[in-house]
Amino acid sequence: MQLNSTEDSRPNGVAIATNGEHNGFSRRLTDEEFDRYSRQMIVPGMGREAQLRLINSKVLIIGGGGLGCPAAQYVAGAGVGTIGIIDGDVVEPSNLHRQVGHATSRIGMKKVDSLITHLRDLNPLPTYTPYTYPISPENAADIISQYDLVLDCTDNPATRYLISDVCVLLCKPLVSAASIQKSGQLIVLNCPPTPQGKVDKKYPPCYRCCFRKPPPANTQLSCGEAGIMGPVVGLMGVAQAGEAIKILASALHLPSSIPSNPEDDPHNLIQPTLLIYSYDLTAAPGPFTFRALKMAPRKKNCFACGENSPQTLTLEGVKSGNPNYIQFCGIQTPKIVLPEQDRITASAYHAARQNGQLQNHILLDTREKEHFSFGSIDGAVNVPFGKLLMKAATIKRHGGDAEEILPVEISEDQKDVPPIFVVCRRGLDSQEAVEKLKELGVDRGGKRKIVDIIGGMKAWKEEVDPSFPFI
Amino acid sequence: MAPEIETMPIWVDFAGGLQTLFSNKPNHMISLPIFNPSDFSPANVGFLISHLVKNHLKHPQTEFFVQEDGHLTPGILVLINDVDWELEGEEEYELKPGDNVIFVSTMHGG
Repeated sequence: MQLNSTEDSRPNGVAIATNGEHNGFSRRLTDEEFDRYSRQMIVPGMGREAQLRLINSKVLIIGGGGLGCPAAQYVAGAGVGTIGIIDGDVVEPSNLHRQVGHATSRIGMKKVDSLITHLRDLNPLPTYTPYTYPISPENAADIISQYDLVLDCTDNPATRYLISDVCVLLCKPLVSAASIQKSGQLIVLNCPPTPQGKVDKKYPPCYRCCFRKPPPANTQLSCGEAGIMGPVVGLMGVAQAGEAIKILASALHLPSSIPSNPEDDPHNLIQPTLLIYSYDLTAAPGPFTFRALKMAPRKKNCFACGENSPQTLTLEGVKSGNPNYIQFCGIQTPKIVLPEQDRITASAYHAARQNGQLQNHILLDTREKEHFSFGSIDGAVNVPFGKLLMKAATIKRHGGDAEEILPVEISEDQKDVPPIFVVCRRGLDSQEAVEKLKELGVDRGGKRKIVDIIGGMKAWKEEVDPSFPFI
Repeated sequence: MAPEIETMPIWVDFAGGLQTLFSNKPNHMISLPIFNPSDFSPANVGFLISHLVKNHLKHPQTEFFVQEDGHLTPGILVLINDVDWELEGEEEYELKPGDNVIFVSTMHGG
């Protein structure tokens, strides 16, 4: 039996010497490690060296939510030796359908502490390092520099650009995933890690190479607003762990794994691939789709890793607020705010109903029908915002009775002009709806009042009915 | 009677939420004129985008797909036959019958 190998042969055939720098590579596995990791170690391509590489690796998981929970479970289970987790949030009940590393008994606990509690129970052998605050331009480099590989499990574009930039600057591979509603995406970036400015070969892309500009702020959706199916985000998180384990086990996270002339050995360069998973609930439910899309290599003109990037992106710059990630990703454009006479607070609207001032009126609820299905104010009629805009556009283009925009059952038989109140989820769409209705002349030249309920159903819950099931 | 415009079939897919702008259908077979009628140049991806906006984009919130200048909204990836369109010449890529063009909107949630 030969245990002590001086050469560490990687699956791709390149041998790297294991000298003093790679402490722990020539040691025996403990009995506990041997038992625990036996099933994955016997997989072709794994073996003792690969397992020791995992044990000697440090992985940083940024975000302990829908992606971070499943990713952390498999990274910990596989025996990665040091696992850092960073997140500033606390566990909420609405997290639990997808964030399966937390627990009902740990609601209110910091997500990082909750997840590590779970992971220690799964595998006590790794060292777990908690960071119970969000990642920021100020702290990113200090934290990321202590790890071999980073998993981006965050939920907003500004943080995603920050993480990718710092990973490029510190030469770290990045496994990035994202998910919304019924779709997920996954991509491995900067792997094998390649210094900034090197573009002559088909080097790996960074996040900015693939997604040069963020979508406009008004088209970005969060899971809180748009919703998310648990297994969709879970699959992406598990796939992230799979990629991380593969990279570490085959030592592709080491900068030295870049062949001096990749053209000679194209096998050593990983074809950058974007995985898209999606399925449909709304149309006739068809099959799910997995698509692996071939992405371009590192871009010459990339701001973060391209030819002139050492002049545009530096660690000192990032730390001192340059680039400005919040601005780059678009400050939430303040939506139209209607004049005061077109608005009413939820409590004032409720009071007016109670004391009989509002006998005859129309209440439009512009939330999506899924939201509406959980509850609404008495007498409210559901006209989802998208449908309302669509009808408005059709009337504008082809003409027609603007009042047809109102549901038939209330637009008929109204000889007088009852006022219209509009309510939405949080009070933004409703303002736009009021504007649209007026634009179309539904206010009959000012004879009919069209009023926005300030703050939407959220305000209704806070001011009027605490038992209202707000989502 | 105007002569019939010759068309070719192009398979267009939407993902990442973009399908909600196109009748909630992720997969479309588009009969695309083989020439751009405005200048009789061969149909390219730029022409396909304007064709989609004109004939298939039913949703009023067009800014989720195209900007006011007619170019695609940032954050949307385009794949031509499963390859990043930047490798294929972006809007200039001349379409062939049976090509598959995928529009994917970047996701950020997690």
